[in-house]
Amino acid sequence: MKIGILALQGDVREHAWAIQNTGNEAVEVKKASQLEGLAGLIVPGGESTTIGKLMEEYGFFSAIKEKAEEGLGIYGTCAGLILLAKEIAGSTQPRLGLMDIVAQRNAYGRQRESFETDLEIPVLGEEPFRSVFIRAPYIEAVGPEVQVLATYDNKIVFARQGRFLASAFHPEETEDLRVHRYFIRILKREV
Amino acid sequence: MPEQGTFRVKKGLAEMLKGGVIMDVTTPEQAVIAEKAGAVAVMALERVPADIRAAGGVARMADPSIIVEIMDAVTIPVMAKARIGHFVEAQILEALGVDYIDESEVLTPADEMYHINKHAFTVPFVCGARNLGEALRRIGEGAAMIRTKGEPGTGNVVEAVRHMRMVMDEIRQVTNTPEEELMTLSKNLGAPYELVLEVKRLGRLPVVNFAAGGIATPADAALMMQLGCDGIFVGSGIFKSNNPEARARAIVRATTHYNDAQVLAEVSRDLGEAMPGLEISTIRKEERMQDRGW
Repeated sequence: MKIGILALQGDVREHAWAIQNTGNEAVEVKKASQLEGLAGLIVPGGESTTIGKLMEEYGFFSAIKEKAEEGLGIYGTCAGLILLAKEIAGSTQPRLGLMDIVAQRNAYGRQRESFETDLEIPVLGEEPFRSVFIRAPYIEAVGPEVQVLATYDNKIVFARQGRFLASAFHPEETEDLRVHRYFIRILKREV
Repeated sequence: MPEQGTFRVKKGLAEMLKGGVIMDVTTPEQAVIAEKAGAVAVMALERVPADIRAAGGVARMADPSIIVEIMDAVTIPVMAKARIGHFVEAQILEALGVDYIDESEVLTPADEMYHINKHAFTVPFVCGARNLGEALRRIGEGAAMIRTKGEPGTGNVVEAVRHMRMVMDEIRQVTNTPEEELMTLSKNLGAPYELVLEVKRLGRLPVVNFAAGGIATPADAALMMQLGCDGIFVGSGIFKSNNPEARARAIVRATTHYNDAQVLAEVSRDLGEAMPGLEISTIRKEERMQDRGW
């Protein structure tokens, strides 16, 4: 399966590594025309303000929304979660707005407060998932169609709405491929 | 239990900055211009390197109130510089809550023998390097991000090119060297053996490597990206030019589309005057910032 990684800015290499290790093809996407023929798209971690500006300028918002309507699955990590959110608390920055969630940016504080921890994520199995939070957001509220997949400290940090998936943490910063495999199962309509 | 300040969390932030541009700023207004142009982070300073070079004397950590005002003005990460070996300046910067500390040769070194023990901090550090040995020594001390030193404040990219080529060349040398020869190679590079093994395994540095020191145009940024760096620091290049907004935007776009000459041609147009440049040979040996640090 061909999975694109939005390569305007951010930790593209780590996501590409993870996708390749699930036995799928990873493609760097720098232009909207490269969205053709993709089964899924990952919006990586990075600076959401930077990625959002470049997406707007290079015509990604309308192109991705169009593809999403045709069935493109999208997974956003950290900055990607913010860009998928319909609402970003206290911000008017450009976004895709495909998920009915309210994102809170830099919700845990500055880099000093960044952390890693073990998370219980039932859809991934019993073994806890080592989760890396870097100046991370969390999800403040979700709409009725959103399924909450994990919480940390009573805040939502992993959620799904149909073919859209969002995590506040970075599975690509670990060697555990379970989140990427779960995304691929969504793309294959197995879950 | 959550763990803070692990090496993974430290180098992780640098990984999020990849493909982006980090800009030197001296006021909250400049920080906002940088953020609007698409900077992934800003470096909060009292003076940009070109002015530090012109002023001479001892250059120190910026006044905390400048750093805090800049932190309050933007939502992107804020970095700040401490003098080489000045671990108390670093403690102060950590207490202020800056997101990354640059142990920088742009400031006057505080210790002629030793760099800061960066493992002792929760906040991550970036350090300059001219070659692989220097990069791996800094990583050995705990740096979670490396940048070329270049020659800061000159608007002349030649030294950054030299340093990036040197690091890439030595990485290729490590990759091609059989394992039984690596201890001797480590000795010759002046690099920790374990980290040399890691470079061989990965085929690259174990942390993100940015370009810095002399980048003044979108073409300079794309050149450094094509030479293999992960992102760009622009010091004096933006706010010493005559149209900082346009130049900042252009350098951000050039860094994203570094391989697309069509985009580079578009963004390079009508930017006004770049910063005035300095020929390296006109700088006296003792005024070369890149020779600071060991």
